[in-house]
Amino acid sequence: MSTTITEEAPTKKKLSPRKRAQRIRWAQYALLAIVLVVFALTANWEQIQSAFFRTDMIKLTLTEGLPNALKNTIIYTAGAFVIGLILGTILALMRLSSVAPYRWIASTWIEFFRGLPAIVVFIAFSLLPLAFEGLLIPFDPYGTVWVALGLVASAYMAETIRAGIQAVPKGQIEAARSLGMPSGAATRKIVLPQAFRIITPPLTNEVILLVKDSSLVYVLGLSASGYELTKYGRDLSSSNVNLTPLVVAGFCYLIITLPLSYLVRRMEARQKKER
Amino acid sequence: MTASSTRTGAAIVEVTDLHKSFGSNHVLQGLNATIKQGEVVCVIGPSGSGKSTFLRCINLLEEPTSGSIKVGGDEVTDPDCDIDAIRRNMGMVFQQFNLFPHLSVLGNCTMAQMTVLKRSKAEAEAKARENLEKVGLSEKADAYPAQLSGGQQQRVAIARALSMDPKLMLFDEPTSALDPELVGDVLSVMRRLANDGMTMFVVTHEMAFAREVADRVIFMDGGVIVEEGDPEQVIGDPQEERTKTFLQRVLDPTHVDAGAEDAAYAKRHVGEVAADNFVKPADTHGHYSGG
Ligand SMILES: Nc1ncnc2c1ncn2[C@@H]1O[C@H](COP(=O)(O)OP(=O)(O)OP(=O)(O)O)[C@@H](O)[C@H]1O
Ligand SMILES: [Mg+2]
Repeated sequence: MSTTITEEAPTKKKLSPRKRAQRIRWAQYALLAIVLVVFALTANWEQIQSAFFRTDMIKLTLTEGLPNALKNTIIYTAGAFVIGLILGTILALMRLSSVAPYRWIASTWIEFFRGLPAIVVFIAFSLLPLAFEGLLIPFDPYGTVWVALGLVASAYMAETIRAGIQAVPKGQIEAARSLGMPSGAATRKIVLPQAFRIITPPLTNEVILLVKDSSLVYVLGLSASGYELTKYGRDLSSSNVNLTPLVVAGFCYLIITLPLSYLVRRMEARQKKER
Repeated sequence: MTASSTRTGAAIVEVTDLHKSFGSNHVLQGLNATIKQGEVVCVIGPSGSGKSTFLRCINLLEEPTSGSIKVGGDEVTDPDCDIDAIRRNMGMVFQQFNLFPHLSVLGNCTMAQMTVLKRSKAEAEAKARENLEKVGLSEKADAYPAQLSGGQQQRVAIARALSMDPKLMLFDEPTSALDPELVGDVLSVMRRLANDGMTMFVVTHEMAFAREVADRVIFMDGGVIVEEGDPEQVIGDPQEERTKTFLQRVLDPTHVDAGAEDAAYAKRHVGEVAADNFVKPADTHGHYSGG
């Protein structure tokens, strides 16, 4: 008698932790299924489709000027990336300089542009021609966008690049210097290549942020040929009183950013393996 | 010092009253030493006695606090001296190899030749291959450092330094980070180098090597040179009490295990640090604590 009691007691009183975890998991699946079913039954599919995915609107968006807008988004981002990278590298080296004023200048710059919302910088840039009459930034409209977006990017990138430089072991620069390489050459040929290999994943993440930040440049007051995806989709949406163009433009961002984040994950996995 | 007379020439390095402090830590307390052309000098001594610091002062990887270091007649500590030019004539081999991981073996050996000596690519590669041959690694020219064993990496590091045609080679415990079975390859490369007449300044814990190859042995302890002279005399028949104690500890078979443990610890330590992508010398003194 006594044996049967002791056998039953544990199963009735308490589940094993693994069993309990399994039950909780099933409950979660069940909840998800219920929500989906309720949503599917109650949603007005026709309305959703006509608001977000109207076929004629998709066609209109694709043919009107989407390729141009996509191209602009890519050109804005790429140019800003190049400027951000160059400026960011200079700022990172200044942050690590033994000359104190360089460090102050770089820190101030970085804190300033990191602290400001990007849109404030863009608004300031849109007002520049008022402040300085006759001011001309070359490659209009690209030049202005590149500089504005590049300034914002430079602050973020400088911090990433600095971390990368500091992650290069000190023995590397000692080895280079002991071979008679001057400090500039050692930095360029030995430290920076290794630093950039270390920071390629975070830098790619910053490109993704930059792609999204490029949606703010509309405040610079660009002409129609200079519209990027967001501005293009938004204008088309409001003139047609339908959300579809904006949805299509949104998907275009994903076409750019999803492969990039996939790339980042691949690179991070590879770096982890190499260690 | 009689043995050295057979192969030594003019003084290449002259150190006079060298002092070095890290903050309040007075690490080198007045060193005097001369290295002559073609001489092999080994520095031995307990951990923390300042051997690495001494070596690193010679090519100014550490800035001396006071004193004079003349290399080929030029005062290294003089602000007007072109330290890069002096370093070109001085090869340095580190405990942690410090190969450039983003460059192939050949790239490691040609980079400085091309940027500093302005040699053409073909010229630099010929020189590099010649030296890789010398260290027995010609077939690894296209490999990357990560694909090589520690012993192979260290031999590449030697070939890299030799490719600059140095007049003097500095070695800082070149075999301390190696698995025991790989130590021999590196030592035999160094032995051959010595036989070819290279001037060498070697910090080492390999007493057998020092005894066999060195023309002169310097024993350091507590930042001073305690004893110096012919290896047979310093290692075989030390005069100073501190030297005796040190050698007993290193050579006594009952302490061999302790030494092996130390080596194993150092290796483990190196592994950890390398895994963090911060390959610093495996020191327990926190040389690079700032980094
Ligand atoms: N960069 C540095 N900053 C501060 N202290 C240092 C630095 N480098 C060396 N030291 C100190 O100098 C002393 C001597 O160090 P050093 O590396 O020259 O000894 P060592 O004889 O080479 O020892 P080991 O055999 O362990 O390599 C140690 O006490 C160490 O803490
Ligand atoms: Mg040392």
